[in-house]
Amino acid sequence: MSKNNTRVVVTGLGATTPVGGTAESTWSALLAGQSGVHTIKDDWAADLPVNFAGVAAVDPAEVLDRVEARKLDRIAQFALVAAREAWADAGLDTVDPLRLGVSVATGIGGALTLLSSWDAMKTSGPRKVSPHTIPMLMPNSAAATVGIEFTARAGVHTPVAACASGAESMAQGLEMIRSGRADVVVVGGTEACVHPLPLAAFASMMALSRRNDNPEAASRPWDKARDGFVFAEGCAILVLESFEHAQARGARMYAEVAGAGITSDGSDSMVQPDPTGAGAQRAIEAALADAGASASDVVHVNAHATSTPQGDVAEALAIRHALGAASDGACVTSTKSMTGHLLGAAGALESLAVVKSIYERLAPPTINLDDPEDDLGLDIVTGSPRALRAGDIVALNNSFGFGGHNVALAFRSI
Amino acid sequence: MAQTEQEILAGLADIVNEITGVAVADIATEKSFTDDLDIDSLSMVEVVMAAEEKFGVEIPDEEVKNLVTVGDAVSYIAKASA
Repeated sequence: MSKNNTRVVVTGLGATTPVGGTAESTWSALLAGQSGVHTIKDDWAADLPVNFAGVAAVDPAEVLDRVEARKLDRIAQFALVAAREAWADAGLDTVDPLRLGVSVATGIGGALTLLSSWDAMKTSGPRKVSPHTIPMLMPNSAAATVGIEFTARAGVHTPVAACASGAESMAQGLEMIRSGRADVVVVGGTEACVHPLPLAAFASMMALSRRNDNPEAASRPWDKARDGFVFAEGCAILVLESFEHAQARGARMYAEVAGAGITSDGSDSMVQPDPTGAGAQRAIEAALADAGASASDVVHVNAHATSTPQGDVAEALAIRHALGAASDGACVTSTKSMTGHLLGAAGALESLAVVKSIYERLAPPTINLDDPEDDLGLDIVTGSPRALRAGDIVALNNSFGFGGHNVALAFRSI
Repeated sequence: MAQTEQEILAGLADIVNEITGVAVADIATEKSFTDDLDIDSLSMVEVVMAAEEKFGVEIPDEEVKNLVTVGDAVSYIAKASA
């Protein structure tokens, strides 16, 4: 268990995702089992090996002021939209800037700016490269934008750990409050690189589903016919706060961020998961230990499960081994079946889903699971949402990233 | 085709409005780009780039620091495009 008894709670939620332009619309869509994965209609997508993705339901540039939007890469546009929602949701007016921190992660950074700037330079020469190019493409641009928005002076960070980035931001926010550096930390993850180059590159790795004829059915975690993950974009932001700070201002508390477990198990292949799931298992065990929780407290797991042939099975092993016999009492879901894989934002979005699951006692279903893999040994939620029991409960979120980054987070009811 | 200073001012005001959001009505010859219009250094570079394209002139980097007011820029562009 954490040596520090500072409790950290979630008081604000914001999101802009393939299934909704806000946290609430995203949550409703997840409960309803709606897919946000569709064919990309732009001409550039026609000749790609994969021509579908989870594109954000609402264009952030349409939400923001025009002048504000034009100096921000799409990762920062997403982050600003979601952070404003989370901040308002938390009911925060004034926070001592010296006690306010930010940790907003990304897997890839401002790739769209880099690519479009290079296009402009090739076509028209160096004089046509915008002076905003560097502040827009730097991976910390989203975190910096959020920090500037709320005048955060206790440190602004950008964890980068591929598809575990968003979960690392949660862990970092937890640590910043426990260590006494901040009372409030705005955390989350953002990703925006639906563009032919990243799509072609992930397709070249054979990492993406090729189900071009039926995109809505492409993300199918644990299904025997799964053939890779679905590329997606968007952002989720959460306001973390010390229990004392939240209590003093009478804030609504959705759930407690009770523990984080981080391990690494990278291998020469860089991208293949350990088929035994041992590193992921250690992360789950560490998160539970950090939370002072036992496996039998866990009622729900929002899994990483991206719909890849190897990863989904390795994670099932990790969950079963970490929870032991108690895994029978934990219903499992993969909301990526609906949103696709938001890469560096995934861990934040799925943490948001877990927090809502605890608060509303409802676990969203996994869609497209028509023919489950044999012997998974998991109680996967399908069809309609599953009610979670009353009383004190713990729920987990797993995130894993290329390079061997494993992050498990444990959340507890208030 | 040479443009009148009035036309250049109107064109420049459109550029500044597009890039910074400052209202066209607030953009007058005596206004300082930084002190009055609150235009940051990177946005100023953008304004110069857009002005070069719109008016078909070259504004060398070393010249930009001399363009303190909107009127300075209008005069420079008028002279350069004459």
